[in-house]
Formats: sequence, structure tokens, C-alpha cells
Amino acid sequence: KDRMAIPMQEMPSQDPMVRRSNMEEVAIGYTPAQARIEAERCLQCKTAPCVKGCPVSINIPGFIKAIAEGDNKKAVDVIKESSLLPAVCGRVCPQEAQCQAPCTVGKALKSVDQAVSIGRLERFVADWEREQGLVEKPTVKPATGKKVGIIGTGPAGLTVAADVRREGHDVVLFEAFHKPGGVMVYGIPEFRLPKAIVQKEIDTLLAMGCELRTNFVIGRTRKITDLLEQDGFDALFIGTGAGLPRFMNIEGENLVGVYSANEYLTRSNLMRAYDKERAQTPIFESEKVAVLGGGNVAMDAARTAVRLGAKEVHLIYRRTEAEMPARVEEIAHAKEEGVIFHFLENPKRILSDEKGWVSGVECLRYELGEPDDSGRRRPIAIEGSEFEIDLDTVIVAIGNDSNPLIRQTTPGLDTNKWGNIVADENGKTSLSRVFAGGDIVLGAATVILAMGEGRKAAKAMNEMLAKD
Amino acid sequence: MNRILEKKQLSETVFQMQIDAPLIARERRAGQFIILQLCEDYGERIPLTIADADADAGTITIIFQAVGDTTKKLAQLNAGDDIAALVGPLGTPTHIENFGRVVCVGGGIGVAPLHPIVQALKAAGNHVTIIMGARNKELMILEEEMRAMADELIVCTDDGSYGRKCLVTEPLKELCEQDPRPNLVVAVGPPIMMKFCVETTRPYEVPTQVSLNTIMVDGTGMCGGCRVTVGGETKFVCVDGPEFDGHLVDFDNMINRLGSYKKQEEAHKCRCMPDNP
Ligand SMILES: Cc1cc2nc3c(=O)[nH]c(=O)nc-3n(C[C@H](O)[C@H](O)[C@H](O)COP(=O)(O)OP(=O)(O)OC[C@H]3O[C@@H](n4cnc5c(N)ncnc54)[C@H](O)[C@@H]3O)c2cc1C
Ligand SMILES: Cc1cc2nc3c(=O)[nH]c(=O)nc-3n(C[C@H](O)[C@H](O)[C@H](O)COP(=O)(O)OP(=O)(O)OC[C@H]3O[C@@H](n4cnc5c(N)ncnc54)[C@H](O)[C@@H]3O)c2cc1C
Ligand code: SF4
Ligand code: SF4
Ligand code: FES
Repeated sequence: KDRMAIPMQEMPSQDPMVRRSNMEEVAIGYTPAQARIEAERCLQCKTAPCVKGCPVSINIPGFIKAIAEGDNKKAVDVIKESSLLPAVCGRVCPQEAQCQAPCTVGKALKSVDQAVSIGRLERFVADWEREQGLVEKPTVKPATGKKVGIIGTGPAGLTVAADVRREGHDVVLFEAFHKPGGVMVYGIPEFRLPKAIVQKEIDTLLAMGCELRTNFVIGRTRKITDLLEQDGFDALFIGTGAGLPRFMNIEGENLVGVYSANEYLTRSNLMRAYDKERAQTPIFESEKVAVLGGGNVAMDAARTAVRLGAKEVHLIYRRTEAEMPARVEEIAHAKEEGVIFHFLENPKRILSDEKGWVSGVECLRYELGEPDDSGRRRPIAIEGSEFEIDLDTVIVAIGNDSNPLIRQTTPGLDTNKWGNIVADENGKTSLSRVFAGGDIVLGAATVILAMGEGRKAAKAMNEMLAKD
Repeated sequence: MNRILEKKQLSETVFQMQIDAPLIARERRAGQFIILQLCEDYGERIPLTIADADADAGTITIIFQAVGDTTKKLAQLNAGDDIAALVGPLGTPTHIENFGRVVCVGGGIGVAPLHPIVQALKAAGNHVTIIMGARNKELMILEEEMRAMADELIVCTDDGSYGRKCLVTEPLKELCEQDPRPNLVVAVGPPIMMKFCVETTRPYEVPTQVSLNTIMVDGTGMCGGCRVTVGGETKFVCVDGPEFDGHLVDFDNMINRLGSYKKQEEAHKCRCMPDNP
């Protein structure tokens, strides 16, 4: 009962008016005192419903207890039994839909917002460990002489690399881009996930002796079959993500000023176009921007446009706020930063000026009808409700499909009708010695799911290699 | 890796470099390109066609025109220098078979991307007529190499300083009027040239392949920045192309999209490379 009376600790954050014009992290992180108070709110439930909400079943009461007792090191060690990327997941997990959704405290206080702030605590201890310089390089067992190739360096690939390397196998990571990290580096902006945190994880892998080959596109520079048959790899893991932007197939989509969120975010994050002094890659200097979509990607694009100096940023979503797939915190942050939300609206066509540049969008208003397959109520256009918004930029953020490059260049690799690689519960694909996981298997999902799949695949790979 | 082994200046603004890139040299096919970067932290990624390659020596050749920031800096590098990042081979290789009589049209720097295509077409047994055009004699590149491969070579300049004084579309039209007509035309050059080549061959219904040079970022199909409208459908040049049926390409839209960053590019002064403030 006493514990229930402790107020939830708010996350200290940069002031919205200040952060609108910088790329630095929005949420600053708990102070040690705040972390201990928040940790004391946990009731240490015997059944630990929170653990069932976490895709990788972190021992949540266990690590929170350690924080409450002031043993941060122990807390990190408990988390690391299950998750390799706590500093990342503590920041970007959709906690309100995962571990914090079933939390007893939140249930008792009748609001998931009042649940124990598991993610914030996870982030706190991970940051604490890094800042104290206590991150240890995991021990690597004696060399086995076996060689494992990992394709893609997103959360799935990085996790497999760590788990497989630990067993003493040689690991080579292949990355198409010039920098490793996948979406954590090219997609999710600095203000949400500082790139230095991802780099730290990669430095650890390199210190463990993993080899990294950037600027290497599997399917082009080398094919999967070459790696297996000629280059001596004993097993491969495909973690190439969901990197094929969807468009809406409406009139005007190829006008100058229409971007996929992938392009816009890659220019800003990976290519650092926000650093106008130094970066060579240009980014459009927009005045009035519309972002189409309602997920995390849409929020990131809208908030990036604000920071790049746009005067007006509209977010257009065809259902209501309740159906938005984006994390609650991201929506709240976007609102604070001045993004203008349009619900139950959707563009019908993109309008052009006489030079072929975007001049606006024509939208239709929508109402909600019967639930569809996903259980969300289906939006229905209201006839004759057309209206226009003046714009110079449109960013399309309605989702990603899987990139076909590997599928097209790898005979015998089964994929489903969406182009995702088919893998069993251990990540095994239809090709012998080839495993896959993350977004390329799940469709666009989350960091923690990608990491979880990577762990399972790594376990199966290690077992297979031990039997050889 | 990525060391420049040899550098040649072909004209005032056009340079040729041979680069150590064994994996790319082994895999590349006609029509494919690389993306390079001169600084991994702040540099821009630019696409350049693989103009030639030697799989045994493990080298590729690029030929580029110094038009903007990155290409001008690239032109300042010399044999012995390394290129920070180089990835490839990207794009779908040219579809090569024995078509019969093929006319290849190269305009300006477009002769460089044409070179490996002509090589492959010849190897497949085609009769190849090459039309090379440039603004003036100074800007004409690879003439010897093209002459050595061509069954017939027509050279023209806009100002008449060399060869015929005309645009490439003039001899192209003459060839389309001949009997037998060409079985295929391949046109590579500035978008405006490709657009007019396509208009020239359209009334004769001669299939015309063009190689599009859109703006790119990743070159692997991830960003959609390279998209063009082909036959009313959106295509990604870096994976679906770079070659397309020219009669279906919306060139006006493509040319507009190439101009997206003109303002920023003109204003831009880069401080990425320390020796080049
Ligand atoms: C803008 C944005 C915001 C997001 N926000 C969140 C969030 O807040 N919370 C959350 O949990 N999730 C979020 N996600 C989703 C999450 O980032 C992904 O689910 C996760 O990164 C998937 O991991 P992955 O390892 O499968 O692949 P990715 O992270 O996509 O990495 C794949 C890597 O493989 C490389 N690659 C691809 N093809 C090849 C090839 N042929 N050869 C070599 N390399 C190749 C790619 O370049 C890339 O680096 C977001 C996604 C985006 C785009
Ligand atoms: C598949 C492909 C193959 C290519 N092969 C070659 C090649 O073999 N040799 C070669 O010299 N060039 C080639 N290009 C064009 C080359 O990529 C551009 O010249 C280069 O990106 C310009 O970069 P920059 O930073 O030097 O100039 P920027 O500062 O980016 O631009 C300078 C000027 O060039 C224009 N421009 C920008 N990008 C392009 C482009 N892609 N095409 C035409 N004009 C552009 C700009 O509008 C601006 O006016 C190719 C392009 C593609 C897509
Ligand atoms: S990994 Fe994500 S879901 Fe699991 S406990 Fe941490 S924040 Fe919650
Ligand atoms: S459900 Fe909530 S209160 Fe219970 S153990 Fe988990 S975090 Fe603590
Ligand atoms: S360059 Fe990014 S999709 Fe083609």
C-alpha cells in the first residue's frame, strides 16, 4: 500500500521550445535518486505479469529489486541475461504495449501511464553502466575454426554476432551501408537514440574479434551461395530488415518534394544532412511539410522536419489517435514540438505547381466503419469532402516491405507472399545452414523482437555448429 | 582496397580512374554501377558507372565529369590515394543477346557508361553502329576505344569543331529510315539527349533502351529517391534499372527530379575534406 502512494517519476526532458531546434536527445534520463524511487514502486509480484509482456522475458522484478537496493551493476547483469541492447530497448521499446501494459501497479491505478516505468529504469542502468565505464567485453571461448557470416547489422544481426562469437566461432558481419547499426543508425533519429550508444555496442563486438565488412551488398558484391560454397562459411544469418518503402500509388507521388520517410530520415541521420555546415548530402529546405502515416516512422519524420526548420508540419492519418501505431510518448512529444495532427483525413492526390514541384495535397475526410482484419475500425472516405492543404513537401511514411535483393539472388530460399523470408521458430530457413530473423522475417516490427529472434537463431546456430 | 591505381585526364573536366576493387571487378556486368563516398562521416554518396573492369587484375575503371562538389573533389585525388567507401556492383545488368543491328548513341560523358554495353553487345555478335556526340571536340572522350569496337562510327559535335556539325538525333534518324531498320537503339547521355533520341525512334517503332542517371542515396532500393515513372508505374532506378524502355519513361518528371537540390548544391561549400576548405 505504501509503495502505491509513491508518485511515478516523470522523465526529465529538454524543453519543447528548445529541442525543436536541436538534434540532441529529448529525454534526458532519470537521476540515480529518481531511479531508486521509481524502483521502489514495484510490488515484486510473485506472478510477475510484466515479464510475460516483454518479448524476451527479462526478469523485470529481479532487476528492479537490484536498483531499489542500490546495486545497479547487478541490475544490468540481470537484464543482460535476456537482452543484449538495454540502452536501446529502454529508449525505443513500445513499453506501454509490452512490459508495462500488464503491470499490477498500472492496473491498480487504472492507467497504464501509472505503471512502473520499466523501460526508463532499464535505460537508466544501461546508461549508468556505460557512463561508469563498466561495460565488459564478454569472454570468447577458444577458437573452433568455424566461420559464421551475418548479413545486415541491425539489432538482429548484432545480437547473433555477439552470441555466436562468444562460443568461439569466427564472425564476419556484412553491411550494405558505410556504417553499421541498421535502422538504429539510418532511421531512428539522434534525438531519440544517440548514435554513440549504437556505436558502443559495435565497438564491443569488434573488441570481441568480430570482423565488419561495410559497403558490402550480399546479392551483389557476393551472393549467399558464394559465401557457403566458395568462401568457407559454415552458417549464415540473414537480418536485412524491411527496407523497401511503400508508396500510396496516388497522383503526384513522383513530384519534386515527395519523399519516402526512409529517404528523408537517411539523409538526415546517416548522411547527417542536418549538419549543414559539414555534410555534403543536401536535404530539402521545407517550409510546409505533410507527413502521411501514423507510426513511429511518421513521428520521426515529422519531428525531424520540425528540427530542420520547417514552419508548419502536418501529420495526416486516416484513422483516429486511438488507432495510431506510434508509441504514446512519441505522439506526445510530437504534439509538444508543434506538429499539427490531422485525424480521419487522407490525401487523394498530391498537387503540383507549373514546374513539377509539390504545391499541396487534396485530402478527403474519413469516418470509422466496421473493424477490419487487424481489429481496428476501417476508415471510410466521406464522398465530396475534398479539401486542400498548401505544402512544399510530402513525406510518405506508410510502411516498409522487404527488400527483394536476397530473395531474387538466392535460389531455394523460401519467402511468403509479402516477400518475407520463411523461418521456423529457431530461425531456420528452407536453405541448409542459413538462418534469418528480424524484420526480414517478421515484416516491419520492433527492435526488441529483432533482438529476440536473433537470440533464438544464434542458439540454434551454436547447437548446429557444435554437432558438426 | 579502393586504392586509385591510375588516373588520366580525358578532357578539361573528364577524368578516368582505375581502382583496386577485386570483388566488384569479378561480379560486375555491363550496365552496372558503383556508389562511392569520399568521407564516411559527412561525404555524399554518388553513383558512377563501371566503365570497364579487369577481373584478373581486380580493377575497375570509372570515368566521370567534375560537375559538382563530390566529383570535383574526386578529380583532385591521385594514383595512390584511397577512396573512403566504394560499393557495388549495383543495378540490374544490361540485357544482352544477339539482337542483330544495334545503334548505340553516347552523348558527352554518356559515352563512358556506353562503353561496357558496346563491349557486351559486340561479344554477343551484334552489328554495332556508334553515334558519339559532344558539345565540342575538347569534350569528346573514348573515341579510340569506341572506334576499335564499332562496326561503324559516327562522330558529331554541336559546334562542328569535329566530325559532323549536328546533334546525335540527326544520324539516328537517318539510320532509322534505312532498310533494314536497327533492331535496337541504346542511348546514354544527358536526360535531354535521351528524351530526344526516344522521340526520334518512336515513329519508327525501334525499341530504344536508355540508362537513367537519377539522384541516389543508398542504391539498394531502400530510399526510393531514385524513382522514375515508367509506363505510368513507379520504378526504382537503382534496382529496377538503370536501363529502361525509353519509350515508356517520363523524362520531364525525371529532369525535374534531378533539379531537386540545385539551390542547395550551388550554395554549398563543403568542409569535409581537411585539405580542401
Ligand atoms: C524510422 C523508424 C523508427 C522506428 N522506431 C522504432 C521504435 O521506436 N521502437 C522499436 O522497437 N522499433 C522501431 N522501429 C523498427 C525497428 O527499427 C526495426 O524493427 C528493427 O531495426 C529491425 O531490425 P533488423 O535487425 O531486422 O533490421 P534493420 O535494423 O533494418 O537492419 C538491417 C540492415 O541490413 C542491411 N542490409 C540490407 N540488405 C542487405 C544486403 N543485401 N547486404 C548487406 N546488408 C544489407 C541494411 O543496410 C541494414 O543496415 C523503427 C523503424 C524505423 C524505420
Ligand atoms: C546509375 C548512374 C550512373 C552514372 N554514371 C556516371 C558516370 O559514369 N560518369 C559521370 O560523370 N556521371 C555519372 N552519373 C552521374 C553522377 O552520379 C553525378 O554527376 C554526380 O552524382 C554529381 O555529384 P556532385 O556532387 O559532383 O555534383 P552535385 O553537386 O551533386 O551536382 C552538380 C550538378 O549536377 C547535377 N546532378 C546531380 N546529380 C546528377 C545526376 N545523377 N546526373 C546528372 N546530373 C546530376 C545537379 O543538379 C547539379 O546541377 C551517373 C548517375 C547514375 C544514377
Ligand atoms: S526489453 Fe522492452 S519490453 Fe522488455 S522489459 Fe525492456 S523495455 Fe520492457
Ligand atoms: S507487474 Fe509491475 S509491480 Fe509487478 S513485478 Fe512487474 S513491474 Fe513490478
Ligand atoms: S537510390 Fe535509394 S532506392 Fe534507389
